Amino acid sequence: MYSKEVMDHFMNPRNVGEMPDADGVGVEGNPVCGDVMKLFIKVKDDRIVDAKFMTFGCGAAIAVSSMITEMVKGKTLDEALQISKEKVAEALGGLPPQKMHCSNLGADALRKAIEDYKNRQKKN
Amino acid sequence: MECYFDHVATNPLRPEVLEAMMPYLKEEFGNPLSVYPLGVRAREAVEKAREQVASLVNARPSEIVFTSSGAEANNFALRGIAMARQYEGKHIIVTRMEHHSVLNPARFLEKLGFAVTYVNPDRQGLISPDDIKKAITDETILISVIYASPEVGTIEPIKEIAQIARERGITFHTDAVAAVGNIPVDVEDLGVDLLSMAAHQFYGPKGAGALYIRQGTRIIPLIFGGIQEGGRRAGTENVPAIVGMGRAAELAKEELPQRVEHVRGLRDKLVEGVMNKIEAIHYTGHPDRRLPGHASFCVEYIEGEAMLLMLASKGIYAASGSACTSKALKASPVLLSMGIPAHIAHGSIVFSFGMDNTMEQIEYTLEEFPQVVRRLRELSPFAKGWEGVEEEGRCTPKK
Ligand code: FES
Repeated sequence: MYSKEVMDHFMNPRNVGEMPDADGVGVEGNPVCGDVMKLFIKVKDDRIVDAKFMTFGCGAAIAVSSMITEMVKGKTLDEALQISKEKVAEALGGLPPQKMHCSNLGADALRKAIEDYKNRQKKN
Repeated sequence: MECYFDHVATNPLRPEVLEAMMPYLKEEFGNPLSVYPLGVRAREAVEKAREQVASLVNARPSEIVFTSSGAEANNFALRGIAMARQYEGKHIIVTRMEHHSVLNPARFLEKLGFAVTYVNPDRQGLISPDDIKKAITDETILISVIYASPEVGTIEPIKEIAQIARERGITFHTDAVAAVGNIPVDVEDLGVDLLSMAAHQFYGPKGAGALYIRQGTRIIPLIFGGIQEGGRRAGTENVPAIVGMGRAAELAKEELPQRVEHVRGLRDKLVEGVMNKIEAIHYTGHPDRRLPGHASFCVEYIEGEAMLLMLASKGIYAASGSACTSKALKASPVLLSMGIPAHIAHGSIVFSFGMDNTMEQIEYTLEEFPQVVRRLRELSPFAKGWEGVEEEGRCTPKK
């Protein structure tokens, strides 16, 4: 039921792990099925230079997390905010309809991580 | 290595069964209602199958009605009895352990004005006969309790509940789809009025099921039409499938003790190994009162569909009741009704064994499964505990 890309990112997820010195962290729980994604970003001159994730969820949720960490690397914060759930799903060669919400999880966690970074900046 | 561990989903067709079916897919194509020899032979084949199926559950052949599936048998039982007894009362009792093919007819009957009580199991999936007794009203006409759960393996106290129903003059049905052919089932000893079964659960073909209807039980057909099945189920008989079900029943009866022993040996080995090798794992269902070839777990901190996918990449095929595996994206109502919190139910995984499985496959799985769990836990934000989700994730079953 999953595309080759989804299976690849699920079986060999990129950028897994905690990031103790992250500049922004976004945690998003999935109200639909109860899954949770944690996304970490490292930012330099308004550009995301590194990203990592931890995910408790289905195959699609893990593949989405892996893909989104790949997609954000090297992007400016504004560019990263343009990443929609559709774009992540598209990059993964499509998701089954009932799995589109897993893609949401990734996009929302990213938005929260960027927000978190901006809030921290304000404080400093 | 390929390991098919999803025998509660379906079973492979036994070669002997296929062989018995073949003539009826080819030259013996007659309609059992026809009077010439081709039809007569088809009729005789169907009647022989009826005897074989009856013998497996210790019923009379005249008490067996063939259906297209276990689901049809369940629908027939619930709707057929509700229609037949609606003027005596409009209350039905089922449990939260039931299959959709019992729950959905029950919900349909609610829409028609029946009242339905859903009895909760305990933490091990057992239904208490006392709780059934308490749910009975003067209006109760039907009680339906699943014989054995395909999700957690628990075997219910059917005999005790059937006794309670009988004392109160209430019709009693059991969905024995996961049980028949896998453990001994005897309708006389149990004292049930109706019992559903499906051929593909015991190495017969898909598309064949049966409902046992105790002599003297009044029931309204689900399908009206011709006089097939004594007027209780219209439609030209699916002769090859029925013949296959008969042969499969005959084999099951002969081999039952060996089958039970074989799958129990595999199951016990898997459970012991898994419980030793994996931390934070729960054996779900009842530890002893359960299907012999059934092992179900909840693995904490990871999700069932991800486990299934990764196991499948190793050739291991299992099942899960997690929210992400279900079309509705809801955790298995059976697990939740047992009081398992939603975040734990998320890690549901079910292995069910059959005659085609071997000890080598179990050993292989005991190597691979812990690695799958380890790899997924490396990805999990909760690998060190349920920090932060404890409250949100918890689910309180409906009382
Ligand atoms: S995260 Fe639950 S369905 Fe994908």
